[in-house]
Amino acid sequence: MAIIHINKENFEQEVLKSDKPVLIDFWAPWCGPCKMMGPVFEELSDEMTDLKFVKINTQDEQELAAQFQIQGIPTLSLVKGNKEVDRFSGFAPKPMLKQKIEAMTKNI
Amino acid sequence: MVEIQLANKKQEVDTQQQVVDNNPKKEVKELYDTIIVGAGSAGYTAAIYSARYNLKTLILGEELGGQMNIDCEVENYPGFKKIKGSELMQKFENHAKDLGVQIEMDKVENIEKINNEKFKITTMFSIYYSKNIILALGTKRRKLSIPGEKEFLGRGVSYCATCDGNFYKDKTVAVIGGGDAAFSSAFIMLKHAKKVYIIHRRDEFRAKPGVVDSMKENPNVKFIMNANVKEIIGDNKVTKIKTDNPNRSEIELDGVFIDVGINPNTELAEKIGVELDQKNYIKVTPKQETNILGIYAAGDATNESANIKQLIVAAAEGAIAANFAFINTRECTHKLEGGNCDD
Repeated sequence: MAIIHINKENFEQEVLKSDKPVLIDFWAPWCGPCKMMGPVFEELSDEMTDLKFVKINTQDEQELAAQFQIQGIPTLSLVKGNKEVDRFSGFAPKPMLKQKIEAMTKNI
Repeated sequence: MVEIQLANKKQEVDTQQQVVDNNPKKEVKELYDTIIVGAGSAGYTAAIYSARYNLKTLILGEELGGQMNIDCEVENYPGFKKIKGSELMQKFENHAKDLGVQIEMDKVENIEKINNEKFKITTMFSIYYSKNIILALGTKRRKLSIPGEKEFLGRGVSYCATCDGNFYKDKTVAVIGGGDAAFSSAFIMLKHAKKVYIIHRRDEFRAKPGVVDSMKENPNVKFIMNANVKEIIGDNKVTKIKTDNPNRSEIELDGVFIDVGINPNTELAEKIGVELDQKNYIKVTPKQETNILGIYAAGDATNESANIKQLIVAAAEGAIAANFAFINTRECTHKLEGGNCDD
């Protein structure tokens, strides 16, 4: 599935008003583990279609990163409505990440 | 801007934790010539050589690019005056793919010798068969293994100053460690933070003296020696750490950057009976053979490269391993035609 890039302008529409729960990948171009996360996140977006997968570039969207109090990347944040359900920081291999996301979605 | 209510839960799991595997597995019946476990410089190079020998080659990797993704700039790989580690790894990956190498992001759980001609490789998602195995398992960051470390990952605990330095503008942070990597992190953090503690468990540093001296002159750096960090404390983010140094038993801060060295990633090797040295690196011969016929090892996780963990050394070992795996395949096939392929 195409991954939407979120900025200040489309945040409300694509995240807060999304019908599906949203999984946000906070990343930055200088971050190696984020680059490893890229293809994993993309593959998972095809496999876990109950979620909407989006990305926020913390370099370009510092306000959004600050609002989420991001202190480390990569961080995956699961959001439903205007509430963050859970988050997960650090790179993890795909099988592990998939299980972690599945566990997080149980708390929605 | 719309307010969002943030989750306050601490992270429960370690990112390197083993996961419980209950996936149904897809069996790939087709026999591979070489399966490479690991997708760093050793793994990709082994794959490139293997593919050029016309061998059916698969890479199974958990972290594409491996440790090179964390290091920022490479300035000693011939042909590239200066290149980002991740960019160079992308080139390795594309090179392998262009030669027809198949790459899967998967975790290898077990490798068993079925008979003298093939191994069965069980991963999280699949079962594969291969004539040869090349273990290019690499290394991983050593952890402090103290309370608060995994709980505050992404909330004040970091292993990557390059990645997260930017989130600590005008904050107080500590870098834990005494080697070159720790000083490199401290150098990065000085660009962002107002104060950087360098906390080391010994009374002298392993880092290059010149680097240490230049840091000593910086008024924003404070050294704390003979201190083991015992606990990382906070509410929804890190607020302080405790050490066993009686003079500095508590330090208030906003971030902890951990740079205390690396360990070989050799649990899988150990599990399948590959012989390790005292420091848990895989013992290899000059042909990159392990103690198990048909299983080779290359890169940072081998004892041959234990003292010089460099991209080019890992790549070279990958090439050597692929070459001898190729010879083994050929000899084995040759012997098989005669009816036997002895151990």
